[in-house]
Amino acid sequence: MDMHVKKLGLKEKYAHMTRGLGWDTTYQPMEKVFPQATFEGIKIHDWEKWEDPFRLTMDAYWKYQAEKERKLYAVLDAFAQNNGHLGITDARYLSAIKLFLTGISPLEYVAHRGFAAAGRNFPGVGPRVACLMQSIDEVRHAQTQIHAISNYNKHYDGFHDFKHMLERVWYLSVPKSFFDDAFSAGPFEWMIAIGFSFEYVLTNLLFVPFMSGAAYNGDMATVTFGFSAQSDEARHMTLGLECIKFMLEQDPDNLPIVQKWIDKWAWRGIRVLSLVGMMMDYMLPKRVMSWKEAWEIYFEQNGGALFNDLARYGIKVPECLTQCSVDKEHISHQAWATFYQYGGAAAFHTWMPNDEEMDWLSAKYPNTFDKYYRPRFTYWREQAEQGNRFYSNTLPMLCQVCQIPMLFTEPDDPTQICYRESEYKGEKYHTCSDGCKHIFDDEPEKYIQAWLPVHQIYQGNCFNEGVDPTAEGFDPLAEVLKWYHLEHGKDNLDYEGSRDQQNFQAWRGMATQNT
Amino acid sequence: MQIDLRTVSIKPLRNTFDHIARRFGDKPASRYQEGTYDIQQTDIFHYRPLWEPEKILFDKSRTKIEMKDWYALKDPRQFYYGAYTIARARQQEAAESNFEMIEERGLAALVPEALRDIALDVLIPLRHVEWGGNMGNSYIAAYGYGTAITQPCLYHAMDHLAVAQYLTRIALTLDTPVALDTAKDAWMNGALWQPMRQHVENLLVLQDWFEIFVAQNLVLEGLTYPLFFDHLDSKFAAGGGTAISMMTRFMGEWSAETAKWVDAQIKVAAAESAENKQAIADWVVEYRGRTLEALAPLAGRAFGAEADAVLGEVLAAFNARCAKLGLSV
Ligand SMILES: [Fe+2]
Ligand SMILES: [Fe+2]
Repeated sequence: MDMHVKKLGLKEKYAHMTRGLGWDTTYQPMEKVFPQATFEGIKIHDWEKWEDPFRLTMDAYWKYQAEKERKLYAVLDAFAQNNGHLGITDARYLSAIKLFLTGISPLEYVAHRGFAAAGRNFPGVGPRVACLMQSIDEVRHAQTQIHAISNYNKHYDGFHDFKHMLERVWYLSVPKSFFDDAFSAGPFEWMIAIGFSFEYVLTNLLFVPFMSGAAYNGDMATVTFGFSAQSDEARHMTLGLECIKFMLEQDPDNLPIVQKWIDKWAWRGIRVLSLVGMMMDYMLPKRVMSWKEAWEIYFEQNGGALFNDLARYGIKVPECLTQCSVDKEHISHQAWATFYQYGGAAAFHTWMPNDEEMDWLSAKYPNTFDKYYRPRFTYWREQAEQGNRFYSNTLPMLCQVCQIPMLFTEPDDPTQICYRESEYKGEKYHTCSDGCKHIFDDEPEKYIQAWLPVHQIYQGNCFNEGVDPTAEGFDPLAEVLKWYHLEHGKDNLDYEGSRDQQNFQAWRGMATQNT
Repeated sequence: MQIDLRTVSIKPLRNTFDHIARRFGDKPASRYQEGTYDIQQTDIFHYRPLWEPEKILFDKSRTKIEMKDWYALKDPRQFYYGAYTIARARQQEAAESNFEMIEERGLAALVPEALRDIALDVLIPLRHVEWGGNMGNSYIAAYGYGTAITQPCLYHAMDHLAVAQYLTRIALTLDTPVALDTAKDAWMNGALWQPMRQHVENLLVLQDWFEIFVAQNLVLEGLTYPLFFDHLDSKFAAGGGTAISMMTRFMGEWSAETAKWVDAQIKVAAAESAENKQAIADWVVEYRGRTLEALAPLAGRAFGAEADAVLGEVLAAFNARCAKLGLSV
């Protein structure tokens, strides 16, 4: 009876509750039951050596998670009832949340499906159970984010068709292609891409800035789902790290494969983080820290410790990362400059920083901001004040791998846009950096398939049915926006004069005045 | 200045997201709706999967069932993650208090030996069947089409893991951990269990996810749960094995709840077209026969001379259920 249960150690009991359930099939061959286990070349000799990174049985899982859900939804209900959206610093802030809902939340969903696949495909029961728990956590993240942001959608523009936009809008193909890339790989690469690079190496650089940004700017809805996800994230991070160690311990032949994936996914992730960098430096009315500072704290220091830890398995710091210590001074400014120029085609508002904000940027980026960016930004601001708001009307070339417009500069020359070129089967392909070129050259067959939003526009694939591009007065940008479901004059353009700005001011006025 | 934001009455610009409004009109939507409908990507994918290059990432052709709108397969329980975990947390609280009472009062020792042995021989190896149920449903959660059905299949997969864990706990309450080894050996080598293991392994290599849904969630569960968690449960309760009944209460309640969800899926998919109805009926007939063959020796062990009569009752109820779903089987 009970005595026996108590005699069992936690580890042993958990083993009975999980890996004890599995068996080696004999009526059907194991290769048929687990058809994805070997094609990537990873060799696993003994799944029993897997160390469970956390020990949660389902009853305990339900209990803890339900408690968190009750609290979370109580806060969200109160937020909606009390007009919590009027508590934010300034409706400019919502551009960051628009970027989050359109670019990140749908990927939580893909993480859910991808971890369900990993939770079916590994022959080891231990990792399967851990992956399934992450799968169900990820559907939680997608839904709690949608539910939290749902109230903003009722009152502000830019949120209203996030799934449709994710699949179409030019800059959203950056995060989307990242997850498509991971899910279309095998289960082991998926674990490096999402479980390790995304969850372990990059989460701090994505979630911490967004959640602190939310806290600094009075966004209680986002703070609440962010906090509530923290204990899930802790589990996901330990799973990612455990998985990589397990692969490396199982067979020395796994090292070069794992190293290649770490190199690839670290760079893929860093490119996606350009959007986060720009959010931190430009989109928050009240700033938390600069992108450069975040990079130094969360990547150079914490990430450095991680790579030291992995050095004993023979893992080296990805070479492409050396470029990042130069890039960290530039990328957020270059990205924001691009979004400002293409503010007509973005589903959030853009603006040029005011004097005080420019001073903050100068102080945070003493080596670069005044020298390379302030003059251009000041000029654009002056032009806008004179009624000549600058919008670019040519479409940029996109990197074949990360799909970011070619906007980043050469590591050794911040005045020169960086281009790399590869040839495959007689066609030329362009990438934005050595890191992306390297990824392309390793798997050209995969990356030539990329659905590049700008190419697709040129090919006429981004207009609604029935639209005739040869008709007189045809306005390609207007037609593309319609196809995006992006409402011109509401979702896009400057914050100054926007419906968001007007409504926010009017509603706040109602709250603060006795009229 | 203190700002009282609550006093402001604001007319929202819109009531919900466009993809929800396109389906239901622009009115306040439920959390189930906003968390479920159209959140799976459908239109543009960048790369073909390395593991199945002839298909796209989320591909409708991974089953031969065809639906004009895969979101017609809605969950009558309206489970999104929060609703699901809160419902299960309540159930696990009840289960937990049952286990605690049994442990505190030493009720397991009062179970007559014959019944205890039936529980050890039949219910404990069943945890491997449950694990097969987890695998089938996680396959659907990964490769199925449309969040309306993939989402509850993941919940269903986690539930199967939970049932397997409750069964494990029953073994540890009635006996020592050795009981788990004995049960595993019976599963791998015992004559009683080989037909069932073969059947479960055959389900693990199916490719068509809707076929798995029918074979596993409708047929295997539809025959196994009534047999073991209704009929056998009555036998335990009647013969002084109340402690076992208390420990399987979760399974009884769970199968009643989940059967309603399974039925809703089958009913809608079958009503969509004659082809769907035929395909589902064919699967039911095929897997009903195989499941019954696999259950026969287990029913014999559980019910002795009454086995045929009990299985007959279970089958009659199952056939009536299928008829209600519009299937001629
Ligand atoms: Fe997540
Ligand atoms: Fe790139």
